[in-house]
Amino acid sequence: MLLTPAVALLFIWMIVPLALTIYFSLLRYNLLDSESAQFVGFENFRYFLTDPAFLASLQNTLVLVGSVLGLTILLGIPLALLLDQPVIGRNIVRLMVIAPFFVMPTVSALIWKNLLMHPVSGLFAWIAKLFGAPSIDWFNDVPLFAIILIVSWQWLPFATLILLTALQSLDEEQKEAAEMDGAGALSTFIYITLPHLARPITVVILIETIFLLTVFAEIFVTTGGGPGLQTTNIAFLIYSQALIQYDVGGASAGGLVAVVIANIVAFFLVRIVGRNLEA
Amino acid sequence: MGQITLQNVQKSFGPVHIIKGADLDISDGSFVVFVGPSGCGKTTLLRLIAGLEDVSGGNILIDGKNVVDVPPAKRGLSMVFQSYALYPHMSVRGNIAFGLKMAGLPKAEINRKVEAAAATLNLTPYLDRKPRELSGGQRQRVAIGRAIVREPKAFLFDEPLSNLDAALRVQMRLEVTRLQKQLGTTAIYVTHDQVEAMTMADKIVVLNGGKIEQYGTPLELYEKPANLFVAGFIGSPKMNFISGEVAGRHDAATIGVRPEHLKIARDGEGWPGSIMVAEHLGSDTFLYVDAGAIGTLTARHVGELDLSAGDRVLLSPDPGRLHRFDESGKSLRA
Repeated sequence: MLLTPAVALLFIWMIVPLALTIYFSLLRYNLLDSESAQFVGFENFRYFLTDPAFLASLQNTLVLVGSVLGLTILLGIPLALLLDQPVIGRNIVRLMVIAPFFVMPTVSALIWKNLLMHPVSGLFAWIAKLFGAPSIDWFNDVPLFAIILIVSWQWLPFATLILLTALQSLDEEQKEAAEMDGAGALSTFIYITLPHLARPITVVILIETIFLLTVFAEIFVTTGGGPGLQTTNIAFLIYSQALIQYDVGGASAGGLVAVVIANIVAFFLVRIVGRNLEA
Repeated sequence: MGQITLQNVQKSFGPVHIIKGADLDISDGSFVVFVGPSGCGKTTLLRLIAGLEDVSGGNILIDGKNVVDVPPAKRGLSMVFQSYALYPHMSVRGNIAFGLKMAGLPKAEINRKVEAAAATLNLTPYLDRKPRELSGGQRQRVAIGRAIVREPKAFLFDEPLSNLDAALRVQMRLEVTRLQKQLGTTAIYVTHDQVEAMTMADKIVVLNGGKIEQYGTPLELYEKPANLFVAGFIGSPKMNFISGEVAGRHDAATIGVRPEHLKIARDGEGWPGSIMVAEHLGSDTFLYVDAGAIGTLTARHVGELDLSAGDRVLLSPDPGRLHRFDESGKSLRA
């Protein structure tokens, strides 16, 4: 009973925006012509779902999420194993590895855009020139891959950190038992370490997915969704619907579609990897 | 075969010397217990034999072959860890089979050996369970199963019973001893519990401060302790030590007498004292007696004794069971 006010507040906090979004999604409501808002039923949904940009951005979203998940886990495991080794200055190295996570997405995207990936004055271009190779215009030639690199760089510390703490909780005696049983470094990794990491990997996948479905700042700052639709994901598409085309109704419909997509993804993720979390 | 010889084995971690030169001869098939207070180096010594730590000096011979540079798996030993160290994501079968799988044995042979080991340890109904679904005693048996299935030259036990409750510990103590006798495999067993040491061992190694204080059969240690430390460590309740004038009368710096070798009388000869605490267990009676200048003495009487705190008693040592020690703590023998 005493929890009622808190629960009620949280409920209102959640239900009001949702109710408004649903309401707007059923209106033809353009900011340039807000006087003529009128009820149109599910027209906005039909428009949004049949828009070619929707399928392209859905595909971009899934590619972005999948690639970043793969990169951060595949690189995070060896990195965590490395940081688990006793070396001098380990704490400082750990701090430095974790640092990218504390950089604001906008800032890190600008750093990547102007200092690293710039086709004329960027570090990568300079390195390419050293070897006599032509410099890559990252955001025109491989825009989605460039975004994937930036986002992976931001999320790698998170994956590494979770995996590192898991590694530190691995019982030393288990590794010694495996050693006595004749398991080499590779066998110990496959049969002892990797199964031990199954659960933290699941946690990384679930948490990262939630945030990666809504990547926005990196795209906004670097490519603005282009060229064409090559780096437009669902979040960016909704933004452009609302604040570039001023179509509040369409954007609201898109937002609701995004909620449904997120739930579908979450449902399958929990089915596939969530079993690890039981027991 | 499983004959293990230590020659001046040393181990230091940086400037700290943990093992200060251990010499030991463990004959094939014997059950040897390393016992000592915590921090005495008994676990370190076991890990040196296992190969989980590298020696800083000296040799370890297994069946006459120096193994100090041989990796743990190749030494032909298997170890039961204090935490059992079972692989949590593998079934009991997987746990027991892991060593054989790593050795590259054919599947049929692995299965046969695992089933045989499981049958010996009454684990057959649990083969497909995960470790977390087992009780403490069952986990312990899986750990032992993992050790015996490899048919090692020797078993190494690192305080394996310390996580079990008292009743189960007594039961597992019997099972481990029986199994070792049945298999006839050399066993080295580390414990801080002297009751475990006395009941299980063919021979006991008493360690203190990284040195072997004495190596002998349980009764040798009880009857002829080499020094004050062994005399005080083996036996429960602890041996009474008396120094000063009383000891001087026996031409010793310190004399020791076990609580069970003190005769308790109400009148006649003996050291007078008053009872501080009397513990009545039914089978035994323990008296803690304030004997004035001699100090506090513990006396044990088999059976019930109608005495209580405050009563005055006379304690007289059994002259044939008196232990004499010189100034350095070494035992003096007549």
